[in-house]
Amino acid sequence: MSRHDKLVQVLQSVTGKNSLPGDSESLFDAGVLDSFALTDVVAGLEKSFGIRIPDSDVSPRKFDSIERIETYLQDHGA
Amino acid sequence: MAYIQGFGAWLPERVVTNEELAARIGKPASWIADMSGIDERRWCAPGETVADLAVHAAEDCLRRAGVSPSTISMVMVASGTTERRFPGPASAVADRIGAAGIPAIDLPLASAGSLFGMSLASRLTEAYPRILVIGAERMSAVIDLNSMDPSTGMLFGDGAGACLIGSDPGEWRVVDSVLHSEGAGASILQLPWNGPLEMQGVQVILQAARKFPAVVQEVLARNKMTADHVDHYIPHQANQNLILRIAKSLGVAPERFISNIRMRGNTSSASMLIAAAEAELPGQTVCFAAFGAGVHWGSLLAVRA
Repeated sequence: MSRHDKLVQVLQSVTGKNSLPGDSESLFDAGVLDSFALTDVVAGLEKSFGIRIPDSDVSPRKFDSIERIETYLQDHGA
Repeated sequence: MAYIQGFGAWLPERVVTNEELAARIGKPASWIADMSGIDERRWCAPGETVADLAVHAAEDCLRRAGVSPSTISMVMVASGTTERRFPGPASAVADRIGAAGIPAIDLPLASAGSLFGMSLASRLTEAYPRILVIGAERMSAVIDLNSMDPSTGMLFGDGAGACLIGSDPGEWRVVDSVLHSEGAGASILQLPWNGPLEMQGVQVILQAARKFPAVVQEVLARNKMTADHVDHYIPHQANQNLILRIAKSLGVAPERFISNIRMRGNTSSASMLIAAAEAELPGQTVCFAAFGAGVHWGSLLAVRA
């Protein structure tokens, strides 16, 4: 499974929403994420990708869209 | 060995309902309740100071513990909303309760202040055998409902809480405590000089939702306990949705979390001690936890003595 597909799977599983916005669109503006849901997504990413995401990296800016999350994962070797 | 010998609290008379705030922030009263779990909060009367609140809570605590102020060996006052840069209210509070001359220390830490005070006090009782820790806040003085994000301005209330920590046996024996600070997050929640409180709500919730359960797990793991061993969790009363979230993260029933936020709002450093003073605590184990501006966060574990 590609990184992208795995990421989408985490987002769908955590948020319970099958329909996600386009890769560059804001997950917050689309109502997919709020601060509590992002905490769950971060935990889901840590588990699925086997990485540790430090608290200092957990910000809406870095996790605002599928594209940004994928970039973050790529930069951190996931 | 340190013991918690009693709690106390004091709240201003004026009740500020969601209906009153709704008109001022342009949101329905039901929106405030849904976002925060808060129905009402108390605000000070004009002229009431942080020291006034602290003195009332201190006197309530001493009365409940049956302790004379002349036997207190140290006072700590946590507050993020004091009226002047210095001195802070601690020395005036010690003076006014009848404990002049003892060391009186200010802890300008905001929401985690009373937890830090409790932790430090529990480690100082050999030298200072009876320490009064107070959290007192006049949050209504640092919010501006006209300019602030409505989801921030509606949260806060005024009040004070207190607890007595000493070397003589009391109701609860302090087992351990954990404190942390992380300056990288200092700007997500701050009170600039001359400005209203500034809070990046999403960032604060994100950090709190991760650090709160982690620091509880840390103090429990250090003492070979699990979340299920704790009968009562007494967290800083930041937001009811956050409290429920922490319970879920720890895998414990929300009923184990003491919450009075519905009627008190978020009173920052005072909230945890007000909640403790107002709660029935029949169990054997209690865990306090707080997270706040700085960012500072920590937990304190105690068992029935």
